[in-house]
Amino acid sequence: MSKRVALEASHAVAEAARMANVDVISAYPITPQTHIPERLAEMVADGELNAAYIPVESEHSAMSACLGAAAIGARTFTATAGPGLEYMHNVLYVAPSMRLPVVMTVANRALSAPISIWGDHSDVMAVRDTGWIQVFCQNSQEAFDLTIWAFRVGEDRSVLFPVMVHLDGFPLSHVVEPMFLPGQADVDRFLPRFQYPYPLDPDRPMTHGALGPPDIYSEAKLAQEMALQESRNVILQAWKEFEDVFGRRYSPVEEYRTEGAETLLLAMGSYTETAKIVIDQRRDHGEAIGLISIRLWRPFPYEELRRAVKGAGRLIVFDRCISFGMGGPVFSEVRSALYDEDRRPKVVGFVGGLGGRDVPEKEFGYLIDRGKEVADRGSDRMMETVGIR
Amino acid sequence: MKTQEAKRKSVKFADGEVTTTEFLAEGHNFCTGCGESLGIRMALKALGENVIAVNATGCAEVCTTPLPYTSWRIPWIHTLFENVGAVVSGVEVGLKILVSKGRIEDRGIKCVAMGGDGATSDIGLQALSGAFERGHDFLYICWDNEAYMNTGIQRSSATPYGAATTTAPAGKQSIGQITRKKNMPAIAAAHDIPYVATASPSYRMDLMKKIKKGAETEGPAYVHVLVPCPTGWRHGGEVTIELGKLAVQTGIFPLYEIENGRYKLNADPPELKPVKEYLKMQGRYRHLSDADIEKIQAMVNADYARLKEKVAASSASS
Ligand SMILES: Cc1ncc(C[n+]2csc(CCOP(=O)(O)OP(=O)(O)O)c2C)c(N)n1
Ligand code: SF4
Ligand SMILES: [Mg+2]
Repeated sequence: MSKRVALEASHAVAEAARMANVDVISAYPITPQTHIPERLAEMVADGELNAAYIPVESEHSAMSACLGAAAIGARTFTATAGPGLEYMHNVLYVAPSMRLPVVMTVANRALSAPISIWGDHSDVMAVRDTGWIQVFCQNSQEAFDLTIWAFRVGEDRSVLFPVMVHLDGFPLSHVVEPMFLPGQADVDRFLPRFQYPYPLDPDRPMTHGALGPPDIYSEAKLAQEMALQESRNVILQAWKEFEDVFGRRYSPVEEYRTEGAETLLLAMGSYTETAKIVIDQRRDHGEAIGLISIRLWRPFPYEELRRAVKGAGRLIVFDRCISFGMGGPVFSEVRSALYDEDRRPKVVGFVGGLGGRDVPEKEFGYLIDRGKEVADRGSDRMMETVGIR
Repeated sequence: MKTQEAKRKSVKFADGEVTTTEFLAEGHNFCTGCGESLGIRMALKALGENVIAVNATGCAEVCTTPLPYTSWRIPWIHTLFENVGAVVSGVEVGLKILVSKGRIEDRGIKCVAMGGDGATSDIGLQALSGAFERGHDFLYICWDNEAYMNTGIQRSSATPYGAATTTAPAGKQSIGQITRKKNMPAIAAAHDIPYVATASPSYRMDLMKKIKKGAETEGPAYVHVLVPCPTGWRHGGEVTIELGKLAVQTGIFPLYEIENGRYKLNADPPELKPVKEYLKMQGRYRHLSDADIEKIQAMVNADYARLKEKVAASSASS
């Protein structure tokens, strides 16, 4: 039986890890992620959660310990943010390459310098190519749901990839919202016990993490890419099962009031909710505008994206990161994904909301108006900005 | 597993028994006369099969696992160069919690981590220090060949004063390594872990006993093994064992244990051999003048005297 509660997204994540019965948590504190490991440490200390909490001395070790724990067959969880995520960078590549299904929450945070504890998507974009399955949350409910779902997908025998669940630092990580907590029986029904097929085991000695000479490395990497592409089937199947059990529906690209839309706005994470308010206002005034949000960032949802923008003349992409020298990273990927379409919208990229800068409804209004103008008349700028002096 | 145990033969040596089973399979790519490979072979015999090994990047990993081959007959995991202390922490904690939940049978599986001197005293020191401080139940073995050998003999913090390496070469303006060797066993001991020891493949029963003792110790244990490297030290493969002995007999690398903080010398020759005998056999010291050798001799004498003071203090307080 589910019950309605008010939970901060960070605590919703900790609750999800608890209900998933994680075996090992290995984490290092960094704002704005701290409420997640603190709550988990408290649960372990109080005996509410039968797990081991490793208070490691760095994020690099947090992820390294996760590799070891996953390799022995433990359900393993960690969380980090911004600089912590980058400090793990070298280790991040190892988890998917060695098919170790760790689940990690990232409370998205800006990168130094100047140092900023506030949110943007610079951290996500820098780990885009590490091979993790990556999804974005918009609210506490999704933070809970997608954490449970992440274990289900990552640990699936045909997947065995780590999963990163992104939630915006502060506007989401620290905000208390109403949500439904499911009953344990439903969680158990959806999420089977983790059975890693290749555990470190003296009865079945196996070598994990061998050297890849040039005559084998390429094949190993291609096999990894194929397996990640194929994980889409399990990703979709698990969302379907999730809906059957919990009644909430998720999809790789979410569409909001896109029917007949001439202009589409594309946002990710918690700003999707602000954007929805603006879309509603504009729809009320008769403007043919809708919103799409990329939920599944990796593997990239090409098909779903192409379908979602069909018929639209303009697509305005909002990035919370600069790929220095290249503009907005989501914008680049989205435009490239649509390039081969016979009828594709004009794509305009905006950067804003860096390092915790708020992007209120008014700014979204500007973004839409200016975006339409650039789409229709063209511009020689590679990148538009919003809310930056 | 019991039946496998029964089938396994062992051979009697002067001071004990050693299994004839080889857990490091033949066909690996270590250089001829490699001290590290000898050390690993002996250590694995001492550890037996009820063990999980975590290895750092370095010669040991590169020489044993070119896909699709492996030389390891025990469960073994390698991820990166710098994180072995943290990976073994995860393995040990995961093992413990899964045993407590009844998902892995409780049969005393030992966790062993290993890395070269670079992986241990340089890039992996933080992760190792964290693992010591948290008190995980594991044995760490440092295979100290006194440089980054896998990448081509670059200096490490374990390279001794006066040795020539590719990044601290001897030249008109330099003696080569100008710094003193980092005292890694003392750093390990400073974490107040229950067992620290030094060992050498030239003293094989001593090495195997220490590895076994370290593995059986509850909590963190550290064994630091000096392993001659013909390629990096520039000596013939046939003198590896002799060099290992000379390192001990000259007092350059004394064999000792630090049990719960107490120092104990395992071999204390009445008279130390001159360091010159050891240095002269290696190309990495070829450039040293007599005066340089005198200076090194004085350093070794002082270090040895300091160690003996610690030993004396330990026995006085017992
Ligand atoms: C992060 C990182 N930095 C550098 C390297 C390159 N590297 C691989 S092994 C190695 C040296 C290994 O030295 P040591 O730990 O002493 O082991 P040895 O090969 O001497 O046995 C280096 C520098 C690497 N693999 N990863
Ligand atoms: S370089 Fe040295 S340590 Fe590495 S395999 Fe050769 S002899 Fe052994
Ligand atoms: Mg070395």
